[in-house]
Amino acid sequence: MKKPEAAFFSRVLMMGNEAAAEGAIRAGCQCYFGYPITPQNELTAYMAKHMPERGRVFIQAESEVAAISMVFGASVAGARAMTSSSSPGISLKQEGISYMAGCQLPAVIINVQRGGPGLGSIDPSQGDYFQATKGGGHGDYHIIVLAPASAQEMHDMTMQAFILADQYRIPVMILADGRVGQMMEPVRLYEDSPPPAPPKPWALTGAKGRPPQYIRSLFMEERALEKHNYELQACYRQITATEIKAEETETGDCEWLIAAWGTCARISKGVVQKARAQGIKAGLVRPITLWPFPHERLARLARRSQVKALLVVEMNCGQMLEDVRLAVNGAAPVRFSGYPGGRVPTETDVLNALIELTKTNHHGKVEQPAV
Amino acid sequence: MKTPTSGYQRPASLTDAAMHYCAGCGHSSVHKLLAEVLDELEIRERTVGVAPVGCAVFAYFYFKCDISEAAHGRAAAVATGIKRALPDRIVFSYQGDGDLAAIGLTETVHAANRGEPITVIFINNTVYGMTGGQMAPTTLAGQITATSPTGRNPATMGCPIRMCELLNTLEQPYYIERVALDGHGGMVATKKALLTAFQTQVSGKGYSFVEVLSPCPTHFRCSPQDSLKFVGQKMAAQFPVRIFRKEGVPVHA
Ligand SMILES: Cc1ncc(C[n+]2csc(CCOP(=O)(O)OP(=O)(O)O)c2C)c(N)n1
Ligand code: SF4
Repeated sequence: MKKPEAAFFSRVLMMGNEAAAEGAIRAGCQCYFGYPITPQNELTAYMAKHMPERGRVFIQAESEVAAISMVFGASVAGARAMTSSSSPGISLKQEGISYMAGCQLPAVIINVQRGGPGLGSIDPSQGDYFQATKGGGHGDYHIIVLAPASAQEMHDMTMQAFILADQYRIPVMILADGRVGQMMEPVRLYEDSPPPAPPKPWALTGAKGRPPQYIRSLFMEERALEKHNYELQACYRQITATEIKAEETETGDCEWLIAAWGTCARISKGVVQKARAQGIKAGLVRPITLWPFPHERLARLARRSQVKALLVVEMNCGQMLEDVRLAVNGAAPVRFSGYPGGRVPTETDVLNALIELTKTNHHGKVEQPAV
Repeated sequence: MKTPTSGYQRPASLTDAAMHYCAGCGHSSVHKLLAEVLDELEIRERTVGVAPVGCAVFAYFYFKCDISEAAHGRAAAVATGIKRALPDRIVFSYQGDGDLAAIGLTETVHAANRGEPITVIFINNTVYGMTGGQMAPTTLAGQITATSPTGRNPATMGCPIRMCELLNTLEQPYYIERVALDGHGGMVATKKALLTAFQTQVSGKGYSFVEVLSPCPTHFRCSPQDSLKFVGQKMAAQFPVRIFRKEGVPVHA
């Protein structure tokens, strides 16, 4: 059989989990530390095969707590480092994430969400929105959260995550779910050399030719912690000013605005077309950065006079819903369509919820999700 | 290797900062010995340390080498991350018994089991010093602490964990030794053990572990002199002072 051209390989059929792993490798990830958990196992297995082949670091750690601590160490040493897990494992990583936020260390964490609380299920879920965007660990901090909806975005956003992490010295989370992680799709792989990392004069590499330095999150001197926390907040303000990303579909004349992220946004895109075919002027706003959240964009859309109501669609009991309501601030009624049991909604499910919405009075009341 | 300087001097690898440790505390003695070893092996400028959460949490103020914080108990995993990212650097962790043998036991055992080529310095003072003298995994049977006010009862609180013995069951460690900081002889032995441990790493041999039985007069509730006796007699009776692993081979008692 004739060998295909090299360029042929740039478009390959891949699982989202593998596409993210390949994205990390092509972004110049030097160290990966993982621990098995479904539905992200393909990612760890991919790294186990491909990192050592390239002379890079792969360790199957003894726990998620250890894995994130190894990421912490590699980041301290100036390396691009990553870990991945799914919901229960991400809970264990919160200790390390909080420490990295405090120590201003860049790192990439992938959460291929599954059902919860507790062991929940191994089915796709969006139940970790609160955990990811409202802190997760202890203390007064944020991390950047990106929400992919396809294998291609798993690849692209993982790469982007390394760039953002280095630029702002902050942990960045890819908040995917079991559907995005395990679905196979054609992916166009990034072909260029890894985006260059900025200089890291703060990294601990040995005090050769410079004074010794340290990395810490402990500030016991008078008012030092206050100062440190204000510095973190200044960084968060800068990220909020420059890095918010959202995607709009058919919002120009829309009367019924769906707000959804990740897998639900992808499903809702189809719903918008189906609804329009029936004469319902639907549109979609999809936050891509969940933190920072596109509050202003949502507020602007909701204030448009033709917008009659919003429908938030999530695979949970209403988490991003709270941010949407905060953003909309009463400018339009906000309703909810939720799927908290590991079930991925179909276009028909969401379309029916939308049709139902168009038939009701809109007093801003939020419905309980249909279980 | 540099020859040791004669007389009592501040090692070049120590900063001028006044240490916050209590009078008679083993931490300050081990800091000094460790700094001397960094000096003598001339590795200060390529060493990265990992500080614990415990009384030595401020170790980065005292050593003139790069030092990172770690979450409570995670020092061995953090050291693993640093060493894997920078294999030609000398990486050590410095940990108390609560940090290493309780909350960080998993990280400790698995770093040793992988044979990470790092040096782990374990300060066993039988108590949680920093938080007020609570029971540690290494607290002796019958020993009174803030959380064993009538003495540690093995029937409900377990017996002291012997870390050297535990790690010596693993295949990968290269060097394991326990020393007792119980006076001048103990200082000399501790220095020698630290030197061997760092030489192990410098020559790329593998994982090295030094357990130092160390006085905490404050929570032993006795004078610094008596606390040295506690280390040399009571502690050493429970924790045999010897080499457990030499050049990768278990040394039998
Ligand atoms: C997760 C977590 N749990 C508990 C503590 C509180 N804490 C601080 S130091 C310490 C124990 C220190 O004891 P040890 O490791 O024996 O060191 P020593 O102070 O005796 O040197 C504890 C429990 C903490 N900082 N973090
Ligand atoms: S409490 Fe004990 S271990 Fe801590 S500084 Fe004082 S003597 Fe040292």
